[in-house]
Amino acid sequence: MEPTNDQDPNYYHKVVDCQWACPAHTNVPGYIRMIAQGQFDDAYMLNRQSNVFPGILGRTCDRPCEPACRRDRVDGQPVAICRLKRVASDLKGDISDRLPAIPAEKNGKRIACIGSGPSALTVANDLLPLGYEVVMFEQFAKPGGLMRTNIPEFRLPDKVLEDETQVILDMGVDVRYNTPITSLRALLAEGFDSIFVGVGAPRGKELDVPGRHDEVESHIYIGIDWLESVAFGHVDSIGSRVLIIGVGNTAMDCCRSSRRLGGTDIKVMARRPREYFKASPWELEDAEEEGVEIIVNHAPKRFVIEDGKLVGMEFDVLEWDPGARQSTVLNTVILPCDDVILAIGQENAFPWIERDLGMEFGDWDMPVVDEVTMQSTLPGVFFGGDAAWGPKNIIWAVAHGHEAAISIHNLCSNVDLKDRPPQGMNLVSQKMGMSEWSYHNDYNPSKRQKMSHVELTKRFESLDLEVELGFSVEQTVREVQRCLNCDVETAFNAPACIECDACIDICPVQCLTITSNGDESDLRSRLSAPAANLDQDLYVSAPLPQTGRVMVKDENVCVHCGLCAERCPTAAWDMELFDLQIPYAASTNFIRIGAMSPSGANRGN
Amino acid sequence: MPSITKPLIPLSPLPKNELGLTIRDYEGQMSTLCAGCGHDSVTAAIVHAFWELSTPPHMIAKLSGIGCSSKTPTYFVRGAHGFNSAHGRMVPIATGAIAANRELTYIGISGDGDSLSIGLGHLMHGIRRNVKMVYVIENNGVYGLTKGQMSASADIGSRPKKGEANTLAPIDPVTMALSLGATFIARSFSGDKEQLVPIMKAAIAHNGFALIDVISPCVTFNDHEGSTKSYKFMRDHEVKEVETDFVPIRAEIRAKIPAEGAIEVTMHDGSVVSFRSVPEGYDPHDRMKVEEYIRDRQSRGEIVTGLLYVDESAKELHEMNATPTRGLSKLPYSSLCPGAAQLAAMQEDFR
Repeated sequence: MEPTNDQDPNYYHKVVDCQWACPAHTNVPGYIRMIAQGQFDDAYMLNRQSNVFPGILGRTCDRPCEPACRRDRVDGQPVAICRLKRVASDLKGDISDRLPAIPAEKNGKRIACIGSGPSALTVANDLLPLGYEVVMFEQFAKPGGLMRTNIPEFRLPDKVLEDETQVILDMGVDVRYNTPITSLRALLAEGFDSIFVGVGAPRGKELDVPGRHDEVESHIYIGIDWLESVAFGHVDSIGSRVLIIGVGNTAMDCCRSSRRLGGTDIKVMARRPREYFKASPWELEDAEEEGVEIIVNHAPKRFVIEDGKLVGMEFDVLEWDPGARQSTVLNTVILPCDDVILAIGQENAFPWIERDLGMEFGDWDMPVVDEVTMQSTLPGVFFGGDAAWGPKNIIWAVAHGHEAAISIHNLCSNVDLKDRPPQGMNLVSQKMGMSEWSYHNDYNPSKRQKMSHVELTKRFESLDLEVELGFSVEQTVREVQRCLNCDVETAFNAPACIECDACIDICPVQCLTITSNGDESDLRSRLSAPAANLDQDLYVSAPLPQTGRVMVKDENVCVHCGLCAERCPTAAWDMELFDLQIPYAASTNFIRIGAMSPSGANRGN
Repeated sequence: MPSITKPLIPLSPLPKNELGLTIRDYEGQMSTLCAGCGHDSVTAAIVHAFWELSTPPHMIAKLSGIGCSSKTPTYFVRGAHGFNSAHGRMVPIATGAIAANRELTYIGISGDGDSLSIGLGHLMHGIRRNVKMVYVIENNGVYGLTKGQMSASADIGSRPKKGEANTLAPIDPVTMALSLGATFIARSFSGDKEQLVPIMKAAIAHNGFALIDVISPCVTFNDHEGSTKSYKFMRDHEVKEVETDFVPIRAEIRAKIPAEGAIEVTMHDGSVVSFRSVPEGYDPHDRMKVEEYIRDRQSRGEIVTGLLYVDESAKELHEMNATPTRGLSKLPYSSLCPGAAQLAAMQEDFR
């Protein structure tokens, strides 16, 4: 293999599995160390820099970081990254003086944001410090988009949502509530320099089976519309027997909301076996803990309507082949019910975009959006969040918002949209002395801490009682130490190596080998421990001075304990902090916070 | 001294040996030797050898004298018995222990100072008695613990870190052992575990005194330009013409038919040492030829490594003395001490 190019930020970035997996590339180990030192404001700001809504995401994120977490490969349970993010948010003080300054003198550019969800708010967050004027059009009377309408308060308290949206609005957004956009043509005519479309995927999918439209008084609801009505207080009760069709995260919110609005016998109906569910495992757990029954292998056949009234629903009971590709119908059953909520997915709808404006629409009547610039084929009109490529989750919307803001800034500065600022990195030795590092390098065998919940008897008293209590101090102290500091990299300097084997002997996970070079599959089979995880890179050094062999490191389960560097007589190994420099539109106002500092002071610049 | 103990990471599945133990079960405390010390690599090779042979830790006794090398028994097989004796006196202590309990596997770790200066007389008599033990000399050519004076194994012309080059002739433990009639003589290099681990295993299987001279660079006092026992010097001057494999007794199928001219030695316990390659005319049973070969290479400035000489036919200490097959410590007191009547009968013979 060719020597690894560790000067490419992507190499070490990939070693930081959580940061690599996060669409917004949040510096997870960095903020976890800050929490460990009680620097909650710093931890919050480091989060906010990349993901903008730490408090909201600390409760609602889909957590792509956690399945990626190296700790999962080491002891079977990832670090509770999301929960720790919430700790930073809950314990932070006043951070208003750390927010970017907003210039009094504007740059003369006016941007329209359609919607006030996470993607549009991110665009505003990134552009306002540069002197842009941002006008935000919101169809409802409150900001937040689907974060407000689709996530129940028992998961995301109103105050948290309010705080984090208001911080951005207070930067000077000209927000127009109760102003749905009904015509893009009319908006274009208003002469904005750029338009950002962040309207989400607002249309719940319909289930057209017999009986759907035969009711006199409707007791069949579209999930996201129903959640929206609940969020705005238009709905405050439901029948005692409720069927939820679908088993995604919206279904989980629907069933748990029903439980709080009077439902006592609630069944979530799934077509396929459990391993194919779309809902996050922890949301399924929470729903079942609240007494919701999840029934698999039932496909809706018809609504049973008697005298114009919904009395039940008929299902095909299915048997699936092992891959759940083909099913056979075993028999049918009728389940009596008072209400049915359809949560089988949502889709985009752009009835307000005239099709003769020159904007190209592709498959499923979705606008064609550039994957890098977020621009539609109509120059100056950008898309982000669920509006761009259909439903994802909040953290993706934030990532889209950052990219769109860079594009808008380029557009308004007459820079090619494809000419984007590159990612950079800092690599700084963490050596503080003989066998002394600036980070806590020992492996802590603690198990993942379990979130405490409000007790079941109290939980259903009101809709806005947050179920998750957050980590206690003791839990936080344990959980932060589970992080393996994957951003403190084992950096190797081949010319200094004398091939004494000290690092290989001391490595607790046998991830180092000195051997003759070969191609990748050959090398993987010849290491101290075979490198079977092909998703994880091998580090291969330049030829070593004495024998011409190479140092090979399997990144898979390195616990970043630094013993290789401590036992290295020539300092060929060093532990270096990798700090990814992510470009944002407002890079000039880029809030840089030291990722760690034993003295408690920031390493800011 | 490392900042932390080597952590036990619960990776699964960690391979287990026949006793169900992982390699981590054969480790000891954290080393306090200098970072990069060759001795730590020797320790790692010992850990590998015992783990691979599935030797029960409580059936191992590890002994040493004084010196950097003699600290190392602490760093392997924490479940073994151990004795850290006076400077140079490891052999008599080991001989006593072996006399009392022949059922354990004995490994002594010594250095060039401990073995070739203060303890040289004991080492020679250990060889002469063919005490059944593994005797490892971690040979770095300097007194590291007293800050780098040249030792008895330093070559003529070898330069210390500070001061004059050495002018005294070195004591070479390998040729010395050959002349004393040692029955298992090997030399290896701490930076080459592929060679050292099989030699270590063969030594454990040997029926008698197994001497392994391991060139183990002192990274602090003897790893510089001008040293003849540095990592660099070894890599430039090592000759590995004698290559061996160790085939444990329980291995049912031979991996391959030995190449033509290859030599196999069946060890006392039934395991096999197979010489994969030897120089033409080399016979690891022929003391004269081995010595001739080593001296020839030495005169060319080369250091021969490998299992150089083995004689599995010689009797070891217990066989020579016709002692019981069980350890004396296991014998009932009545057998061990036959009583006053027997003593009186014996003394009658001398009248």
